[in-house]
Amino acid sequence: MPILTDRKTKPQYDVIVVGSGAGGGMAAMILALNGVKVLMVEAGRNYDAVTETPMFHTPQMAPLRGHATPDRPFGHYDANIGGWQVPGEPYTNKPGTEGDFWWWRARMLGGRTNHWGRISLRFGEFDFKPKSRDGLGVDWPMTYADMAPWYDRVEQLIGVYGENCGVTNAPDSSPGVLLPTPKPRLGELMAKKAGKKLGVPVVGARRAVLSAPLDWQRLPKVLFPNNPKAQEIIGKDMMTRSPCFWATHCVRGCSIRANFQSTTVLLPPALATGNLDIITDAMVREVMMDASGKATGVHYIDKKTRRDMAVKARVVIVAGGACETARILLNSKSRDQAGLANSSGQVGKNLMDSVGTSLGSHIPAMEDLPPFNEDGAGGLHVYSPWWLANNHAKLNFPRGYHIEMGGGRQMPEVKTFAYLNSTSPGLYGSKLKEEARRYYGASFSFAGRGEMVPNKDCYCELDPKVVDQWGIPVLRFHWKWSDHEINQATHMQNTFAEMLEGMGGKAKPLHGRDAIKRPGEIIHEVGPARMGDKADNSVTNQYCQTWDVQNLFLMDGSVLPSNPDKNPTLTILALAWRSCEWLMEEMKRGNV
Amino acid sequence: MNRRHAIKWLTGSAAGVAAAPIIAAPGATEPAPPAYPTRFTFHDPDFSKPMTGPWERLLTEPELTTTKALADIILPKDEHGPAASEIGVHDFINEWISAPYPDQREDCEVIRGGLAWVNTESFRRHEKTFAELTHHQQIAIVDDIATVTPKPEHAIGAAFFKAFRHLCVGGYYTHSSTWKQLGYVGNVSLAGPYPGVPQEIIEKLGLQDVA
Repeated sequence: MPILTDRKTKPQYDVIVVGSGAGGGMAAMILALNGVKVLMVEAGRNYDAVTETPMFHTPQMAPLRGHATPDRPFGHYDANIGGWQVPGEPYTNKPGTEGDFWWWRARMLGGRTNHWGRISLRFGEFDFKPKSRDGLGVDWPMTYADMAPWYDRVEQLIGVYGENCGVTNAPDSSPGVLLPTPKPRLGELMAKKAGKKLGVPVVGARRAVLSAPLDWQRLPKVLFPNNPKAQEIIGKDMMTRSPCFWATHCVRGCSIRANFQSTTVLLPPALATGNLDIITDAMVREVMMDASGKATGVHYIDKKTRRDMAVKARVVIVAGGACETARILLNSKSRDQAGLANSSGQVGKNLMDSVGTSLGSHIPAMEDLPPFNEDGAGGLHVYSPWWLANNHAKLNFPRGYHIEMGGGRQMPEVKTFAYLNSTSPGLYGSKLKEEARRYYGASFSFAGRGEMVPNKDCYCELDPKVVDQWGIPVLRFHWKWSDHEINQATHMQNTFAEMLEGMGGKAKPLHGRDAIKRPGEIIHEVGPARMGDKADNSVTNQYCQTWDVQNLFLMDGSVLPSNPDKNPTLTILALAWRSCEWLMEEMKRGNV
Repeated sequence: MNRRHAIKWLTGSAAGVAAAPIIAAPGATEPAPPAYPTRFTFHDPDFSKPMTGPWERLLTEPELTTTKALADIILPKDEHGPAASEIGVHDFINEWISAPYPDQREDCEVIRGGLAWVNTESFRRHEKTFAELTHHQQIAIVDDIATVTPKPEHAIGAAFFKAFRHLCVGGYYTHSSTWKQLGYVGNVSLAGPYPGVPQEIIEKLGLQDVA
């Protein structure tokens, strides 16, 4: 497991990677496997999922029985150090915003990959050309065909279960790439049946969880041809990852390394090469530049000693998380008060999150059944890809959403039994226990994750007055949903209500205006340093290289020019791998 | 019940998929969550050992005695499992209502005031605390406040009972010793593929065509 170099670093590296999450982890691993000397700089503490994950821990071992609090917003056992607030590291909202942005941050090795939902959906053909289809936003500087092989590679490397469903714009993986999808749970089967009548497809979900062991003998040769050392390291690592044993929710992380997190899948092989050093508790303040306009390294604050430090390299890759990356660029003012790599003025702009709503209900048919184990893969087994990609003429919003779902016999939580207030008011004693048993597991809910169209009112910028405890100027946010998002949220609610009714439940859909989650709450914020095919309206090219600074790359969600409904992590991984291969070619050619 | 609570109630915790069930309306500028700059322990907990909330407990011994007595009436020892007090439901309630967060502060007012209400009612009827009453006397009070249509003079007690019962049930079934009786049989490792839904249930619910 990550054995960190102590705080002695070499005077010079080939590449500095800022951040250790999906983008930073992938970049560091690909480069290190190819002999590049890498220094990773992480703002959070060291974290070892193998020894720190609360596998099988029960609620009675946790404060408030594990219930979510402002300090632990996803519950006590969430594998996230941080959350909507990080002590001593504030952010602000600009006066006039139409809703405060909630900025989720992780301050730990592996970043947010330690707790994410592992939902791994490919962006499709339409997703790379949204403007060409509906005139809104911008197109990507590449096509799905350019990205498809990289999706195949990432899925084989990290292990993704899923089904090739054939739905338009929900691309299939190449044959043999996906692991088998686990059998649906009861509510998921009922949703499938309800969806059949409504024309809503319910198919195998795609999640980065090993439903079976990885083929450690074959895959490394496929993934790293002509690189025997990489094959050996990756083969050995794949061999020691266990498949899922169908217990313990993925949000806690995974000590048996059955699911994907940067700390369990990317960093161990990267460290095994001997080419990677990692320093943690190192808060990057800015990218340093020389007089010729090249990046020379990064300036960070060592949180333990509160000293300003600098490290140097030939190339700098920033992957601090979309908004943190924008913040670092905006704070790097050595050449331009507008910030680094910002000649287009697009840094901080085009901020997007996913449109999210949820709706649940009691399902009478699920009452009073013989107990069976529904823990499963610690996340969903089925989902609904957007099924109306060719029906926009009939809809009052562009783009689309996918549906996630869950419920049934999950580990009891403090608020699991709220339904007894309506089903069994006033009861107590043995009768109450009978009612609890009868209704336990008989609820189900749907959640939508939809595409937001970027707009000029959603952005982040430096707050001119506020600094964090490290003295670094903080971000302030401005937000405004457009009718596109609100109408989509209404459509979600109506669909969920129909699905729940199809399952025998009753639910009252809300108007999208009331149902839509907060800006940032879905934690899919992307876009504030978008890629494009022209330097005048984008920050990087299609290989994440900034137009303004040849040896500066951005490899996280900041570069996404649109935010398809398909949860960004898989695409961030694929982009980082693809961009690093290109970067290494450029280094060989002497261009970088 | 404010709007945020109402929606939590509605959606329950059914969705492992949905994040914090807090709703934003565009235009309604509820503030971003406040920072708690000093609470480092809880911000980055050590999972290797059991832990309870690091805040001071508010309930006194007499209040805890009332809590125990009432919790054991709501969830008694029977063929369905242990009594509430045997698995520390009263300690959970004390931890909960003592917590420094907004939701728990609201519950604190209802629960603390309600416990006192129950004792005052016991005193009025029998000149004793609730815990000192006979079972029959206790049940008479409980029946007056457990109803959904309380008399006006019992309205405070009834609002308290609803909130108290909810916490009792939440504390009770989040203790693993109750899970078997409840019908939660997970949190164990299984070898091989995930087994899925038992065939008898698939047939009972007519799901053969989608299974």
